[in-house]
Amino acid sequence: MAGMFALANPKRFMDASARFLPWLAAGTTLALAVGFFLGLVAPPDYQQGDTVKIMFLHVPAAWTAMMAYGLLALTSLFSLIWRHPLSDVAAKAAAPLGALFTVLGLVTGSLWGRPMWGTYWVWDARLTSFLLLLLLYLGYIALWNAIEDEARAARAAAILALVGAVNLPIIEFSVNWHTLHQGESILRADGPQIATVFLWPLGITALGYTLLFATLWTIRIRTEILERRARSLQLGEPA
Amino acid sequence: MLWRELRLATRAGGSALLAVAFFIAVATLVPLGVGVDLRLLARVGAGILWVAAVLAALLALDRLFQADWEDGSLDLIALSPLPLETVSAIKIVAHWLTTGLPLTMLAPVLGLMFGLPAAATWTLTLSLLIGTPGISGLGAIAAGLTLSIRRGGLILPLLVLPLLAPVVIFGAGAVQAVLDGLSNGALLFLGAFSLAVVCLSPFVTAAAVRLNLAG
Repeated sequence: MAGMFALANPKRFMDASARFLPWLAAGTTLALAVGFFLGLVAPPDYQQGDTVKIMFLHVPAAWTAMMAYGLLALTSLFSLIWRHPLSDVAAKAAAPLGALFTVLGLVTGSLWGRPMWGTYWVWDARLTSFLLLLLLYLGYIALWNAIEDEARAARAAAILALVGAVNLPIIEFSVNWHTLHQGESILRADGPQIATVFLWPLGITALGYTLLFATLWTIRIRTEILERRARSLQLGEPA
Repeated sequence: MLWRELRLATRAGGSALLAVAFFIAVATLVPLGVGVDLRLLARVGAGILWVAAVLAALLALDRLFQADWEDGSLDLIALSPLPLETVSAIKIVAHWLTTGLPLTMLAPVLGLMFGLPAAATWTLTLSLLIGTPGISGLGAIAAGLTLSIRRGGLILPLLVLPLLAPVVIFGAGAVQAVLDGLSNGALLFLGAFSLAVVCLSPFVTAAAVRLNLAG
């Protein structure tokens, strides 16, 4: 905890992030390159053929999109409790990235669905809840942009993010209850039900996507901090 | 306080009747759009009436706090000994009494017009009775968050509609189950959701209102 709060100081965050950002970026490139290469040379699935390779783009994107909402809710919680400006910035920066990964997940999933299910879109549980997740992201971003006062916008958006986070499992449950998507195949009590040739590239691309998110997130936070400094300089206030 | 809210909502320019009229208008347009086949209408009727009810309930939401905020009475209310949580709860009750309840009372008529059998119409009415307080509760949170935004009425539906997905699914799902001759727990889930929302909402709404008053 103490380490986290040390980083909550924008100045210290800028210094530290400047140092680890190149490493993050390098790690991202490496993991994505290795993951995609292994994915490309993986043998075709006996049922899905080469289409299975969309999985390496699709599944990590969906995971990252969900993780982003988790981080968004967590940073929102921090910003409501401790009022750290940095957690406001972090939450604000996470939302568009989360929305982007959600769109990526939806698009790659629909491209995979066309040859496999014979349709780009079905109103299946996961697709529908992902669409709702996208709408939650959009609502969050819209609320941020609509309120002019920055501190007020941050707290309003944080409350919204938490309401969304509480509601998300319920939405997930209700949509599941309502219903083609395949069941859980990785996190199962009896071990992963997926061939090792696919599991390795999937794990590495998932790591790559996570690092990519971390890299972009850090860059966005840094940009936002610099923007705020520039603005307060323009206004002639002490930064 | 509750009496004041109710009078404001029903007097000239109030939104209570407007929401009901909107509900009827949407329900009238749908058969014009999808055709007048009563069997088809009976299949989709519950879902359409539920969506129409949600939209109608949203109409009155953006003024829930904004009107009081604009003329300054919200500041006075916040200074009064009444806690903001109680004020929020009263606002939620008033919103439900002026939109949710009239919509529910109208549902049997519209259900029959959509060719729903009597049992399904009864379930539809019951599901609206149980579910609409949840709409008022979630809506009040969004109304509190957006009260200082000038065009808050535009952003509010985007905030509320995704969150209301469970209400629509369980509400319409309960009617669908009756149509298919099955029984499912939809009404129970709907009740649980509504109850939880109504219990928690006054606190979250009060927090949202407070942050807009501060500073």
